[in-house]
Amino acid sequence: MPPAETIAVAMSGGVDSSTVAAMLRAEGRTVIGLTMQLWNQRRLAGHEGMPESVQGRCCSIDDVYDARRVAETLGVPYYVVNHEERFERDVVRPFVEEYLAGRTPIPCSLCNNHLKFDQLLIVAQQIGADKIATGHYAQVAFDEERNRWLLKRPADKSKDQTYFLFGLTQEQLSRTLFPLGSMTKPEVRELARKHNLVIAEKPDSQEICFVPGGDYKRFLEAYLTEQGNAPTEVGGEMVTTDGKVIGEHAGVHNFTVGQRKGLGVATGSPLYVIQIKNDTRQVVVGKDEELYSRTLRAHRVNLISTAELREPMRVTVKIRHKHQPAPATIEPAGPEEVHVTFDEPQRALTPGQAAVFYDGDIVVGGGWIENSE
Amino acid sequence: MQRRVYLDNNATTPVLPEVLEAMWPYFGERFGNASSIHHHGQETRAAVERARESVASMLGCRASEIVFTSGGTEADNLAIFGLACSGRANAGDHVITSTIEHHAVLKACKHLVAQRAEVTYIPVDGRGLVDPADVKRAIRPNTKLITIMLANNETGVLQSVAEIGKIAAEADIYFHTDAVQAAGKIAIHVNKIGCNLLTISGHKIHGPQGVGALYVRKGTQLEPMLYGGSHERSRRAGTENVAGIVGLGKAAELAQAGFEHGDNQEMAIARDRLERELLNIEATGLNGADLNGELTPRVPNTTNIYFDGIEGEALVIALDLKGLAVSTGAACSSGAIEPSHVLTAMGLRHDRAKASIRFSLGKQNTPEDVDFALGLIPETVAHLRDLSPVWPNKVLSG
Repeated sequence: MPPAETIAVAMSGGVDSSTVAAMLRAEGRTVIGLTMQLWNQRRLAGHEGMPESVQGRCCSIDDVYDARRVAETLGVPYYVVNHEERFERDVVRPFVEEYLAGRTPIPCSLCNNHLKFDQLLIVAQQIGADKIATGHYAQVAFDEERNRWLLKRPADKSKDQTYFLFGLTQEQLSRTLFPLGSMTKPEVRELARKHNLVIAEKPDSQEICFVPGGDYKRFLEAYLTEQGNAPTEVGGEMVTTDGKVIGEHAGVHNFTVGQRKGLGVATGSPLYVIQIKNDTRQVVVGKDEELYSRTLRAHRVNLISTAELREPMRVTVKIRHKHQPAPATIEPAGPEEVHVTFDEPQRALTPGQAAVFYDGDIVVGGGWIENSE
Repeated sequence: MQRRVYLDNNATTPVLPEVLEAMWPYFGERFGNASSIHHHGQETRAAVERARESVASMLGCRASEIVFTSGGTEADNLAIFGLACSGRANAGDHVITSTIEHHAVLKACKHLVAQRAEVTYIPVDGRGLVDPADVKRAIRPNTKLITIMLANNETGVLQSVAEIGKIAAEADIYFHTDAVQAAGKIAIHVNKIGCNLLTISGHKIHGPQGVGALYVRKGTQLEPMLYGGSHERSRRAGTENVAGIVGLGKAAELAQAGFEHGDNQEMAIARDRLERELLNIEATGLNGADLNGELTPRVPNTTNIYFDGIEGEALVIALDLKGLAVSTGAACSSGAIEPSHVLTAMGLRHDRAKASIRFSLGKQNTPEDVDFALGLIPETVAHLRDLSPVWPNKVLSG
């Protein structure tokens, strides 16, 4: 028998990745537990508007403690690796810059592309692991016919995380395991209990790991203040779709397309953010029906199920994590650019979010939403 | 069983069998409180005082000048807070230290600043040396304390403490030196250093963890940090950690005997061989030497080497999985590695500081341990470089 593969498990201290480690260990694989230290939670603590201390968040000492306890229970070697610099450069700064440019970013995708499946994979290989495994709900499989690694939606559709994984390359997918892809969350918890993992009842994390309490506006302000460039002159006009100025706003980063609350203007009918104009710093508001559009352009596209897109293809497209994939046609529109035409107009196509293309459960690929047309 | 070799003795050292043997009775039959009047108390009191004499003998001072603490950190804190902010006017006091001190000193100084004291951090040169002339220049009328370490924990480089001691004495300023990484490795004599205060730690000299000592020169005004009974001549309240103190005493005794037997020379030979062979690997270099490779005075057990194109963190993990324990930088609370403030202060490029590994030998290490390390490191470094996105000269590994 050939020696069992060595798998590095990306352990966050949560129930999903801990269960992955337990499953692989039970299968007799050689497992190494790794936790990425990505952000110092104490760094912005105490800045104006930020909590003094934050507990139970990603990369907190408590999470590392939990992951370490799990690794110890399972008898697997465990290490913490520090990638704070890369995380700040590739995730936190782009996150801040996107908001300041009037877009709505997805840091989790950036983290997957630049940290988990890049830096961590390199470290894993350097320390002798053949592959990495994570607690994502997704499936990966090699397709002989296409001669490609495929990314697929998981059995538990309510937990589907493929939206955040569209950026994975063939090389990355070939070295990745998603052991939870065929399981439901309750099954995962049950397995964690069976393995006596201390974190079996730990609540799921929901928010962005480096933004305590989920208040991204306070985070932006605290971060920019710390960097010595607190936003000045980011305010601008609030205009209606027919160009009428109806008020002022304090900064484009306070808005996201489709937002209704906190606009600071009162009119008879409900108003929504329709568009954020980065060049003029205008926030365009209008009626709900004005939020719908049928087309979008996705850029920096990564294709997974096919090497290239030569002709129009029928797919379903997801435009945000909690969006029901909608039928659409995609067609090439330049290098790494794809034009998407939905069968039915979709509400709030948001620049900065991703458009991910599906063929049934198979992820065709995805790109970043540039603008609705 | 996987063979394991430990070359991280600046983090902690294994307790020597003789030390453990000396400590045993004090976990069992000799349980008395050293402050008690009766037989049981007298028995442990005698043991504590014998240990004090052993430590004093190692440092060339009087037994009455030794204060036992819970370790190096407490001793450093006691020296700094006991002197500089002893309830007297601390706002406006001035303290001189260096940029390469242990966190027990640096963070204590940072806290002094929070209490409105002033702190000057003397920089180091590329070799990791503080220039005593810089210390002299930094002295102000309100300078209360100079605290400069004896041996650096990461490079092993020895500071010119005797010169600094002279400068301090001339200016009539208290001088503290953190000798945690020097004790047991080189002979220490407090009078030759000319310090008023000196810190040592048990577990760095093959004694137990959780015990250390502060030398306090007779006549030095020191306020305690812990208040309670009149233990340690009212300088450190709390029932003595008798077993730990006995272990520290025994370790000090063995360290001193070791110097007489040339233990440190043997260690230097092993360290030098390890260093020489590792520097034969391409794109490596020694941290703590000058530009011409001229060596700076160092303790005999430490070497710090950079391997360009690798992440030190990954090398430490890869070697650990193969049974070799070494380290880089200082572990932070999560266990992740922070870039070394020492190497950064020496002016190392950021990537080079992160590509640096510290090897530190102990009394238990044998020439075979060095062979084991030399059998693993070159191939592991080559493997890491092959997979490194920043290493251009990849060697195709078969």
